[in-house]
Amino acid sequence: MKYMLLITQGEWFANGSAAEREKSMEKVVEWWGKMFASGKMVGGHQLQSPDTATTVVIERGKHTLLDRPLMEAKEAIGGYGILEVADIDEALAIVKTMPQPDGKVEVRPIIERAR
Amino acid sequence: MHADREPYAVLERVFREEAGRLTASLVRLLGDFDLAEELVSEAMVEALEHWTRDGVPERASSWLLTTARRKGLDRLRREAKYRQKLALVAALPTEPLREGDDRLRLIFTCCHPVLAREVQVALTLRAVVGLTTEEIARAFMVPEETLAKRIVRAKHKIVASGVPYRVPTGDELMTRLNEVLTVIYLVFNEGYVATAGSEPIRRDLARDAEWLASLLMRLMPQEPEVIGLVALIRLHLARWPARLDSEGRLLLLESQNRALWDRRAIADAVRLIERATALARPGPYQIEASIAALHCEAPTWDETDWPQILALYSLLTAIDSSPIVRLNRAIALRYVEGAEAALYEADSLAESLSRYHLFHATRAALLRELGRTAEADRAEVEGIGLTKNLAERALMAERLADGGDGRPEPGPD
Repeated sequence: MKYMLLITQGEWFANGSAAEREKSMEKVVEWWGKMFASGKMVGGHQLQSPDTATTVVIERGKHTLLDRPLMEAKEAIGGYGILEVADIDEALAIVKTMPQPDGKVEVRPIIERAR
Repeated sequence: MHADREPYAVLERVFREEAGRLTASLVRLLGDFDLAEELVSEAMVEALEHWTRDGVPERASSWLLTTARRKGLDRLRREAKYRQKLALVAALPTEPLREGDDRLRLIFTCCHPVLAREVQVALTLRAVVGLTTEEIARAFMVPEETLAKRIVRAKHKIVASGVPYRVPTGDELMTRLNEVLTVIYLVFNEGYVATAGSEPIRRDLARDAEWLASLLMRLMPQEPEVIGLVALIRLHLARWPARLDSEGRLLLLESQNRALWDRRAIADAVRLIERATALARPGPYQIEASIAALHCEAPTWDETDWPQILALYSLLTAIDSSPIVRLNRAIALRYVEGAEAALYEADSLAESLSRYHLFHATRAALLRELGRTAEADRAEVEGIGLTKNLAERALMAERLADGGDGRPEPGPD
């Protein structure tokens, strides 16, 4: 099964001190490196800050651009990952090893279509 | 119970046993919660028709499996969207399933932590206990449509998010077993003292929980906490006939007629506690059961072994320091060290329990005993405002009118 991890920025990243952010970031980078190497993380990126986001709203075929992210600042997405594991238990066990000090991670199963 | 309901009761027992068993096996074989449940429902409808007429067949489980398989094939042939499931149903065995009991898997799946508590409860009652959505909705006083949606969503989430169909092992087992025990005890409590409504006690849900806990004990005979929960539930049920007065009002433990308690059930439960204790892995349900047993074994309220109960509560607070457990400990303290010490303990919980009616009822009784009548009245009024259960509200209002009797509500025990 594949799962998308939608990861919020977290207080530590958005408002923490530079020193602490750097310390945590080091652990985060190390964790992602290990996960990619294990073959279980098959995709993912860190995203530019939410204030760089453009949201396209589609209404009856008409497109309007909004100069802001989809989510409120509190839950602004800071990055995402794609896990490929046996089941939700394994996915959750991996997410529980993530090293960032705070934030939220939505674990969402991906629909895999036969090609 | 009417005489002509007797065969129906037998039927119900067989149904409950077999429906859960078959659902559990089909979920494993088909990998599809929804389809499994629908096939079982259809087979049950047919069984109801035949069995009430011809009696329960000797090999009820194989009768049901065959029927479920035939129904499934009929149905899948008619509905194109299920075509890929056709092969799976066709491959179902025609003989009773010999792989042992799948129900443990089913229970752990229904109580998986990715589901919210109320969803775990609803799904367990539906799939394992075999209650209809209507019965569950009525028991929890939610609209049937809401409940049906909750169950549909849960079954979909289990399949779509890849919840594995297995019994957890290793370190995971204990945390996951706790989820299961919490769900069962919640069902029991909902049945024992309803939180809202004019019917104070809904007997069926409490019995359902007892059945479920007993099933879990049969499936996991070496888990002391499971045994502890069964003992705890059975001890509560042993006092069942004495819980209400002739007008349907709830009675406090101290005013119950102990001659109505089921002595044999109490003795059986005590043996269960001993069996659990011998496994040498203590836990909160075993301790709570031991406390309930001490209450049950006291010949009169005045002979209650409070020092022992207080010691058990102290043990319990070391494992589970939740405010409600600490409140119960404070109540026990009142009988060992007196009302002042108990009130001191209770007051320290004010912040976390200000919305809990028994907190105010307890404080009211303690204050009254200490002669602080005005404060006691205030606490009592606050408690009445908070309870949604009419029987409990009536009990409290009555004590307020009588000026109270100076004894705190014993709480769950």
